[in-house]
Amino acid sequence: MELIFERSRPGRGTDLLPPLDVPECPVPEEFARKNAPRLPEIGESDLSRHYQALARRAFGVCDGFYPLGSCTMKYNPKLGEDMAALPGFTGIHPLQPAHTIRGCQLAMAQTEYALARITGMDRVTLQPAAGAHGEFTGLLLIKAYHVHRGDTGRTVILVPDSAHGTNPASATMAGFTVRNIPSTAEGLVDLEALKAACGPDTAGLMLTNPNTVGLFERDILAITKIVHEAGGLVYYDGANLNAIMGVARPGDMGFDVCHLNLHKTFATPHGGGGPGSGPVGCKEFLAPFMPGSALCGNGGEHSIGQVRAFHANFLVVVKALTYLMRLGNSRVAEAAQGAVLNANYLKHKLEEAGYTAAFPGLCMHEFVLTLEGLKKETGVSALDVAKAMLDDGIHPPTMYFPLIVHEALMFEPTETEAPETLDRAAEVLADILRRAKEDPEALHAAPHSTVVGRPDETAAARHPVVRYTFPEG
Amino acid sequence: MGGYLPAAPEERRRQYEALGLSGPRDLYRDVPDEVYIDGPLDLPEPKSELAVRRAMENLAAQNVRFSTILRGAGAYDHYIPAAVSRIASKEEFVTAYTPYQAEISQGVLQSIFEFQTMICELTGMDASNASVYDGASAAAEGVAMCRDRNRTKAVVSGAAHPDVIATIKTYCFGAGTEVVVAPVKDGRTDLTGLVDDQTACVYIQQPNFYGLLEDGAALAQMAHEGGAKLIAGVNPITLGVLEPPAAWGADIAVGEGQPLGLPLSWGGPYLGFMATTHAMMRKLPGRIVGETTDKDGNRAFVLTMQAREQHIRREKASSNICSNEALCALTASVYLSMMGPGGLKQVGEQCYAKAHYLASELCKLPGVKLHFPGPFFHEFVTDLPNHNGVLSGLEAKGILGGLPLRDGLLWCVTEKQTKAELDQTVAIVKEVLGIWN
Repeated sequence: MELIFERSRPGRGTDLLPPLDVPECPVPEEFARKNAPRLPEIGESDLSRHYQALARRAFGVCDGFYPLGSCTMKYNPKLGEDMAALPGFTGIHPLQPAHTIRGCQLAMAQTEYALARITGMDRVTLQPAAGAHGEFTGLLLIKAYHVHRGDTGRTVILVPDSAHGTNPASATMAGFTVRNIPSTAEGLVDLEALKAACGPDTAGLMLTNPNTVGLFERDILAITKIVHEAGGLVYYDGANLNAIMGVARPGDMGFDVCHLNLHKTFATPHGGGGPGSGPVGCKEFLAPFMPGSALCGNGGEHSIGQVRAFHANFLVVVKALTYLMRLGNSRVAEAAQGAVLNANYLKHKLEEAGYTAAFPGLCMHEFVLTLEGLKKETGVSALDVAKAMLDDGIHPPTMYFPLIVHEALMFEPTETEAPETLDRAAEVLADILRRAKEDPEALHAAPHSTVVGRPDETAAARHPVVRYTFPEG
Repeated sequence: MGGYLPAAPEERRRQYEALGLSGPRDLYRDVPDEVYIDGPLDLPEPKSELAVRRAMENLAAQNVRFSTILRGAGAYDHYIPAAVSRIASKEEFVTAYTPYQAEISQGVLQSIFEFQTMICELTGMDASNASVYDGASAAAEGVAMCRDRNRTKAVVSGAAHPDVIATIKTYCFGAGTEVVVAPVKDGRTDLTGLVDDQTACVYIQQPNFYGLLEDGAALAQMAHEGGAKLIAGVNPITLGVLEPPAAWGADIAVGEGQPLGLPLSWGGPYLGFMATTHAMMRKLPGRIVGETTDKDGNRAFVLTMQAREQHIRREKASSNICSNEALCALTASVYLSMMGPGGLKQVGEQCYAKAHYLASELCKLPGVKLHFPGPFFHEFVTDLPNHNGVLSGLEAKGILGGLPLRDGLLWCVTEKQTKAELDQTVAIVKEVLGIWN
């Protein structure tokens, strides 16, 4: 389809503002722009159709099953959208005086309280704008803690080899060196390797629990003890909290600091990549280091400073609070249980259909298949299977992650899917498996029904075209 | 049900049965007893949709909404055309994930490609990313792009937004980059003697925190003469009328995209944008969409140059960013498409003219004058006795006055305020100051 620039015609547009009602006052020549930016010139009706056409070429949770592992693509309740659009929230300037923002402050406080209860932490900041932003913030708390104690030799963050890529990247941004901890054949942290890696240079360990292969680290109390005894702190990556919210709390497992993803666990939408929100919780002893704001205050005594302007991705917080109010006490755990039940149900069905789980037995909210055998046997890869799913209107699972599993497909169905949706997905995948064995070539060419086929990613990266080039003249 | 579980309890029981499990404790057999919660969390009880709606509406009602907002300082009250929020709230955009699966995500990918193009057009730069969290984190990421082994110092204008300076400092605490805040002289940045062979970059803001227009070309030249890069933090709403940062020598242009169709929302979600030259393109953090073809030669868009990113490069990535502000970027694209080059220019001209009108009317009052002498865009600082009295007087009439600073009141006027509102403001100030002609 056309780009919006290709729909543009000189002189078109929409009359939006009344004429100037004060004396004209031109911008001084030395600062004035010489060539106008080539923004689209388009009527509102064509603009409306352009974006409707783009919407038809997008795929949201509203379009179908989205079992994208580690992303928790649960249903996004519409009530949250309505509440975040209330003018009493959208029309508030971030630097209004304190006595005029009582509602915003209460919404923040109620959310902080609920998240503290769910994580078992003492303090929560809602400032970070996304999960990785929360990781960075949490790691800076760890860094500030050690530095403040004069314990400056602690420069290493331990990260399991199954971790999300954001963990090592965040550790580097916070100025740490990363040391990888191998996983056991069972997919869990290798306790002996952890002990060997811990020492006087250990600043902390970052851990996702359940981990990225969808298993609960059953030795979690031993793990946090090992790190604490070495003088390090333990960071909880909340990406997978949906499996255990209301069932077990990071704070009770020995974690000192954590982040959450409101756009995963607390049902706020992903927006095609964002905005998210990545609150950070910590134990009391880290509270003095919590972030504040130059213009708004509120930082701890030895605050790390701030990681963004103003307070928070506030409207995302409003959506999460709306969801939390709906869930209340009893239904937080019910949601987690539903997520774990659905994951095990789908895993069971796929194993029955002939797929191989990377790790046998019960899983938490997600599980990983390995298609290594299928690839050897037929040449059909995890990528081929994922692309074939597109033709059946199912968003593929996360591909080739975690890195410790070959030909990995990671499924996270979430609690907001009905059993028949899982049944149908299992049937679709069983059919793909049958076709993989009968006609592997056809699967290499999948998908067949989408608006474009597989794009040439190599060419895109080698000769980057990252903006539209206007025709000459 | 309230947890949004579609399956009825009986259906869930059958799912347990199919797995040979008796109930939830069986699912969590790996969770040790010591940490397994067998009771409530001390949260309020679940509420119906109607009850939650009432509770949230009650919270919103406890805020004061000002009918006239004459305060900016990093968050700006502009007119948002009706089509902008309607289009940006389409469920397909709102509920999609990051477009990893290109074949079913061409709509999101194309919208980002169009956004990148618009940011390049506004700033005059060659390449833009798909967005970062906000203007402050964009500035901090810009500093990280410039640091290398030999140059480990960042010079930041003291006339930049205080939250931006603080955010840069926080990121630099992580990276071990030294931050030097450049002094402010008459409200503008003074770089004299600050750029040396350790300096990786200079960050300046245009218009700056006090609303003043910096001599961007002169500052860029000082940075470049010292071998440092110039990062320009720009307000995109000005770029229909002000020279783009590329024209006066910026190597990286960043900024807060909130003025482009995003409501004030008590500070977020907003939109960080980042653009740079061809030479530095591969140092940009975050998602970038590129154009390519599929096997049949159809135009197709993909996430590209991913070798920079955390999920491929892990600890060697250019940044840890994963989620960004894609929906806010889409909102800004719709806004810019609605405005077009003419509309954006009109907004800029009206902001400029109305701010200058208010400034001149206020300065006609005895005892009121501009704190800084230099040229300004749509924000300015006044010296004025009795800040508190003036702000309370305005508040009583539903007007949010300028932001109190140590140096005075920082006012902002946009295209949204009418002459009548500005005249009323001046009349109230006059009354509070006890000036009866």
